[in-house]
Amino acid sequence: MPELRELYQELILDHGKRPRNFGKLEGANCQANGYNPLCGDKITVYVNVDDNIIQDLRFEGVGCAISTASASLMTEKCKGKSLQEAETLFHLFHELLTGEVGEESAAELGKLSVFSGVKEFPVRVKCATLPWHTFRSALQGIGEVVIKE
Amino acid sequence: MIPSGTTSQVRMPASEPLSAFNVWRVREDFPILKTQVYGKPLVYLDNAATSQKPQGVLDALNRFYAQECANVHRGLHWLSELATQDYEDARVKVQRFLGAAEAREIIFVRGATEAINLVAHSYGRKYVQAGDEILITAMEHHSNIVPWQILCQEQGARLRVAPINDAGELILEEFQKLLNSRTRLVAVGHVSNALGTVNPVRQIIQMAHNHNIPVLVDGAQAVPHLKVNVQELDCDFYAFSGHKFYGPTGVGVLYGKVRWLEEMPPYQGGGDMISAVTFEKTTYNSLPYKFEAGTPHIAGGIGLGAAVDYVSEVGLNQIAAYEHELLAYAARQVSRIPGLRIIGTAREKAGVISFVLEGLHPHDIGTILDREGIAVRAGHHCAMPVMERFGVPATTRASFACYNTQEEVDALVAGIQKVQEVLA
Repeated sequence: MPELRELYQELILDHGKRPRNFGKLEGANCQANGYNPLCGDKITVYVNVDDNIIQDLRFEGVGCAISTASASLMTEKCKGKSLQEAETLFHLFHELLTGEVGEESAAELGKLSVFSGVKEFPVRVKCATLPWHTFRSALQGIGEVVIKE
Repeated sequence: MIPSGTTSQVRMPASEPLSAFNVWRVREDFPILKTQVYGKPLVYLDNAATSQKPQGVLDALNRFYAQECANVHRGLHWLSELATQDYEDARVKVQRFLGAAEAREIIFVRGATEAINLVAHSYGRKYVQAGDEILITAMEHHSNIVPWQILCQEQGARLRVAPINDAGELILEEFQKLLNSRTRLVAVGHVSNALGTVNPVRQIIQMAHNHNIPVLVDGAQAVPHLKVNVQELDCDFYAFSGHKFYGPTGVGVLYGKVRWLEEMPPYQGGGDMISAVTFEKTTYNSLPYKFEAGTPHIAGGIGLGAAVDYVSEVGLNQIAAYEHELLAYAARQVSRIPGLRIIGTAREKAGVISFVLEGLHPHDIGTILDREGIAVRAGHHCAMPVMERFGVPATTRASFACYNTQEEVDALVAGIQKVQEVLA
C-alpha cells in the first residue's frame, strides 16, 4: 500500500481526473500523435512555438491516470519555456523515473517530482513518458511516435 | 519412420472421472499456486494468456531432458527410439482427445498462431486467388485476422468480417449473408479471448459446408474449457496452443482433415519433411511430417501429451461444469460493484470476464490488483477491433482455469473495491 499511495498521489489523481490544457489547440504549428500499442494509450500533443518559446501547449487522447496526469502536468510546466528548457526538462523527467535525480534537479522539476513513485513500477514508466516523447516528437517535426514495450 | 517394439504408454482418457471435482485437490497439482506475491497469496486470473502447469507436465519435461533426450525420427539408437515413441504417443493422445480419425491429422506446431499461419500460407496460396474472399468474425484475436490480411494482400483477395451484436455474439444472419461463391475459407474462433463468447461453431460449419466452404476453428480458448470433437464438429481445421491448456509454451496443434492436408503444399522446407532430396527435385514426406520441418519441440510435444493426460484424468466434463459455475458466480459478484460494466454478455460464455470501471483505466486497475497478489490482464487482449466495437480503449480481464476458486473471485471483488478506494 505505501508504494501505491506513493504512485497515486493526490496531485496525480487530480490531474488524471481533471486534466488541464485538455483539448485541441487551434492554430498549433507543431503536433504529434503518441501511441502505446500495449495498453492502447493514445495522445495528441499540440504546440505553438514562436520566437523559440513554447507559447501554448495542449493535449487530447485516452490513457490511464498516470499518462493523463503526466500530460496535464507537462503542459502546465512547459508553457512559456524555451525549447532548450523543455529539452532539459524532458531529460530530467526521464532521470526522475529511472531514479537518478539529484536534489537540485528535483527542485527544477517542481510539481513533476510527484512522479518519482513511478520508478517502483517499471512497467508503468512508459505511461508517464508517453506524453513527453510525443511532445518532443512534435517539436522535432516528427508526426508520430510509438512506444514499444 | 516410427520405431516399433517399445511399450506404448498412451493412457486413454477416462470417460467418467473417478471422483467428484475437488478444486482443492486440483490445486495441489500446481506447484506455482503456492507462490506469495508482495506477501499475499497469488490469485492467478490470467489463464486466457497462459495457464499454469501441473506437476505431471513439469515431470514429463524433466524426464525427457534427464532420461530420454535425443532427436526424433532419425536415430537408429535406443534413446532416439525412446524419444520418438514418446513424441508419437503424444500425437496419439492429442488425436484421441480431439476425436480425430487419424494421428497423421495432428500436426505439431509452435502454437495456435503458427497453426493458422500454416493454413493461410499453405491452403491459402493454393486455393485463394484474386477476387476470392476469406470470412472471419468481428471478435477474432489478431492471430486469426493478420495471417488472412497478409494472404489477401498477396493474392488480391478480400477479407470479409461478420459482425457481432452488443452482447458480443456473432450475428448469424449477417454471417449467412456473407457466405458466397467467392468465399474460400471461414476462419472463426471457438471461444473469444476478449469476451468469452462461445461461438456456435457446429452451426457455423454446417452453414459454410452448405456452400462447400471449408472452416478453420481457432480453438485456443476453447480446448481448456469444453469438450471438443473435431469429427462431430466436422471442421476442416482446428488450431490450439499447448500453453493455454496446462501444457508447455512453444507447442501447439493443427488438426486438419487428411483430404486437405494431402492436397496442401508444405509450409516450411527442411529436414524431416522430405523423403528424398536431389538438387533437381524433392519428394515430400507423408503426413504429418510433410508439415513438420526441422527438429520439432520434442519435449513440448511430450509435455502436451502429459497435459492431455492430466485433463483427461481430472475430466473435461467435470472441469467444464465447475468452471461454468465459477464463471456465473464471478459474473454475479463483480456486477454488484458500482460503476462496473461487463464487456461481453453472450448467453454462452467460457472462461472470461472482461470489464470496465467507470472513470478508471484498466492499467491503473491492473497495477493495484497486482499489489494485492491478483494477476489479471489489462489492455486490448490482442483484439483491438473488439475494443473498437465496444468503444473502449482497453478492458480488464479476469480469466479462469480449473484451479480457481470462489475465494479467489471474492479476492478479486475486494481488490476492485481497493482500486476504487485508492483511485477515489
